[in-house]
Amino acid sequence: MADLSIDFCGIRSPNPFWLASAPPTNTGDQVMRAFDAGWGGAVWKTLGNPIVNVSSRFGGINLGNSRLMGLNNIELITDRPLEVNFREMREVKRRYPRNTLIASLMVETKEEWKEIIQRSEDAGADMLELNFGCPHGMCERGMGSAVGAEPNVLEELARWAVEFASVPVIVKLTPNVGDILEPGEAAVRAGVPALSLINTVKSIMGVDLERMVPLPRVGDASTNGGYCGPAVKPIALHLLAQLARHPQCGKLAISGIGGIANWRDAAEFIALGASSVQVCTAVMHYGYRIVEDMIEGLSDFLDERGMKSVSELRGRAVPQFRDWGELDLSYRVVARIDADKCIGCQLCSVACQDGAHQCIHPSKEAGNRVPVVDEAECIGCNLCQLVCPVPGCISMAEVSSSPRESWNDRIARGTDSVPGGLETTAAARRKGA
Amino acid sequence: MRRLEPQRWELPPDRLEQGIEDKKPLYDAAEATAEAHRCLYCVDAPCIQACPTDIDIPTFIRKIGTGNVKGAARTILSANLLGQSCAQVCPVEVLCAGACVYNEWEREPIAIGRLQRYAVETTLARSPQLFQARPATGKKVALVGSGPASLAAAGMLALEGHTCTLFERKALPGGLNTLGIAPYKLKGPEALREVEWLFSLGRIELRTGVEVVKQATGPEQVSASELLDSHDAVFLGLGLGADSRLGVPGEEGAGIHGATLLIERLKTERGLKLDGVRRAVVIGGGNTALDIAHELALLDVEVSLVYRRSEQEMGGYAHELEAARVDGVRLLQNRQPVEFVLREGKVAAVRLAATREGRPVPGTEEELQAELVAVAIGQERKPPVALAFPGVELDERGRVKVDSGTHRTGHPKVWSGGDCVNGGKEVVNAVAEAKLAVRDMHRHLMGE
Repeated sequence: MADLSIDFCGIRSPNPFWLASAPPTNTGDQVMRAFDAGWGGAVWKTLGNPIVNVSSRFGGINLGNSRLMGLNNIELITDRPLEVNFREMREVKRRYPRNTLIASLMVETKEEWKEIIQRSEDAGADMLELNFGCPHGMCERGMGSAVGAEPNVLEELARWAVEFASVPVIVKLTPNVGDILEPGEAAVRAGVPALSLINTVKSIMGVDLERMVPLPRVGDASTNGGYCGPAVKPIALHLLAQLARHPQCGKLAISGIGGIANWRDAAEFIALGASSVQVCTAVMHYGYRIVEDMIEGLSDFLDERGMKSVSELRGRAVPQFRDWGELDLSYRVVARIDADKCIGCQLCSVACQDGAHQCIHPSKEAGNRVPVVDEAECIGCNLCQLVCPVPGCISMAEVSSSPRESWNDRIARGTDSVPGGLETTAAARRKGA
Repeated sequence: MRRLEPQRWELPPDRLEQGIEDKKPLYDAAEATAEAHRCLYCVDAPCIQACPTDIDIPTFIRKIGTGNVKGAARTILSANLLGQSCAQVCPVEVLCAGACVYNEWEREPIAIGRLQRYAVETTLARSPQLFQARPATGKKVALVGSGPASLAAAGMLALEGHTCTLFERKALPGGLNTLGIAPYKLKGPEALREVEWLFSLGRIELRTGVEVVKQATGPEQVSASELLDSHDAVFLGLGLGADSRLGVPGEEGAGIHGATLLIERLKTERGLKLDGVRRAVVIGGGNTALDIAHELALLDVEVSLVYRRSEQEMGGYAHELEAARVDGVRLLQNRQPVEFVLREGKVAAVRLAATREGRPVPGTEEELQAELVAVAIGQERKPPVALAFPGVELDERGRVKVDSGTHRTGHPKVWSGGDCVNGGKEVVNAVAEAKLAVRDMHRHLMGE
């Protein structure tokens, strides 16, 4: 059986599954129940000077019959006295010494950072996570994502933390930036050993059309919240991969966060460079018990792929994350419909006709509802396969391709001009060549 | 959801149908939305092709899913003004839902009937004014009979601005929708509520207790010639006639009923009781036989359904037989009654003979005890009123002959549709035929 334990900045964790700093890690009782369920670690609900929360706090997006494709919150950091939090952390660490306990922190001044780091370490925190990502409420007070969006400020605060801390420091990044590498490089300059991302995405969940108030509603108004859940996973994977392939950022340990709900999601984050993953929304939806499937699924996956440990999976897919210019222009696939599996809904044909390249046509044969792909016209876009409700009915078949050639190859050869464009552009290229 | 009682017509209290529960009750919003979200929204969908009235089913289901329930009702009713009753009485298993692509995938088809009922019923309860009739054309149409075909035709004609008068022999409008549908699908008040909504669409008048005949002899009769003289067009929605009889000794005994008449009594008669009826025999193999058998079973009677051929040859739907069996109906196939045994003038037993090829085999008789018998072997055709209109002809099976594309009869001002033309089909078929007839009638009325 594969070894699921990990080494994160020198700290051992029984597995890579950690709870993210959020409502599921609000109290010692919760964290202990989570560890009993199998979670390897927990990032405590962000500590700072206690705040006051509003009601309501969460908004959800459903897709068809699926609830909570996305969740947003406008809850702030812990609303409980620091001493209560530290007492409970101490108790958790005493009872669960093998599990990883991380303190998430958010304060303002240097003195405050010094004090809270000291008290967190005294309470037994194995690591510290600096919350530079929260995009609602706290950022209005100059904390959270207000720090994460300003690389210079991030660097300075992270430097303080590295200076005051004797345990590893993780900088948690916000996705609400134009280029994730800017805060990533600032964290590298500050000398932190680890990053975590993503924090939530700035969002408004909807509008109550009766009251004309955005959601989630607090009386007669709303505010922007932080969006998370399955819907943000693709955004998180992209930002993770950007950092993982960066020469300096990629050397840091990264804890992946964003829409992870099962072992497969976790494996994908790890393959794109994460050392551990953090989960929140799926636990808020289904409870701590989901970790059983995550542990079992990842373990079986590693065994089936002949990998002995999680670290063998880590970063496997990073080299294959490229710029568009490096993609193979010669690679071709075409859609093939399995007539035996087709149920005749014809969603592929309307999607192709109205939304793609008009190569799937209804059958001309009376009574036959299986559409026909004009392979000569098919550009292999995938849309039909994506809309088909029957798994395995439409496949994308590789067709014979010419030798590999990328756009960058064409630039290098000076053949990066396609007929039909602007004369001036073509002329300028000729001149340049 | 408020249960609306019809305002204009009343059924008496204490009717037997009230004791029979709805098999497919109205969905609530959450149920409807969840079911709507299962629909794939097929292109050129097989369910539409299977609907005689061409309702754009995937579109109305999508509208339910988006919360546009009023739009869903508009989509349904634009294609079929009797969308409410069709939602409840259509045999969706062999029509739209039977064509659902999910069947192909061995998954439960979409509950199209229940979604349609949800859309129409909730919308009409809240905002019944979905359509605006065109300005009056001054043209007058007489409709003979007020069953589904006439109702649908009158509604469509009224929306075009024509003035309609329905002539109904009985006291209540709606025909079989009011008097003949199995109560676990549609009860009398529900049918009457739909009729009321339909009458609100435009200039529609109803005359009940009036019979159209060749030559009127009393105040409760109207001559066909008078109708033709005083109207610009006539629509014959005559339905079928009385229950056919077996012609077996003892058939005159008390407790032996024609099936449609018995169903009508279950649905409309105040204080009707089945006291002393423990066992019933229903004779026939069509849907009326299955309906009355099922209804009696739901009223706690032990029911034997006697059919003279095999189960596979039954005219009734297999899904209805299955449902009736679930509620306790026992099928005796390849048997035929040869005599009703009476005791003091009341039926006490049915003498059955085994059949071969649908004919009794002598020497095989046995007696089946029963306190009630329902004979459901069909209804009379050859409606005499049809022949009161010159030029209107019947085919060899007693059905009114029409042009299949226009539903116009041999008389240039007379159209016809529904059971009297098709020999007895579904409500949705009556509506589909009324649509064809109205298209042609409107052209005729507008002088096109």
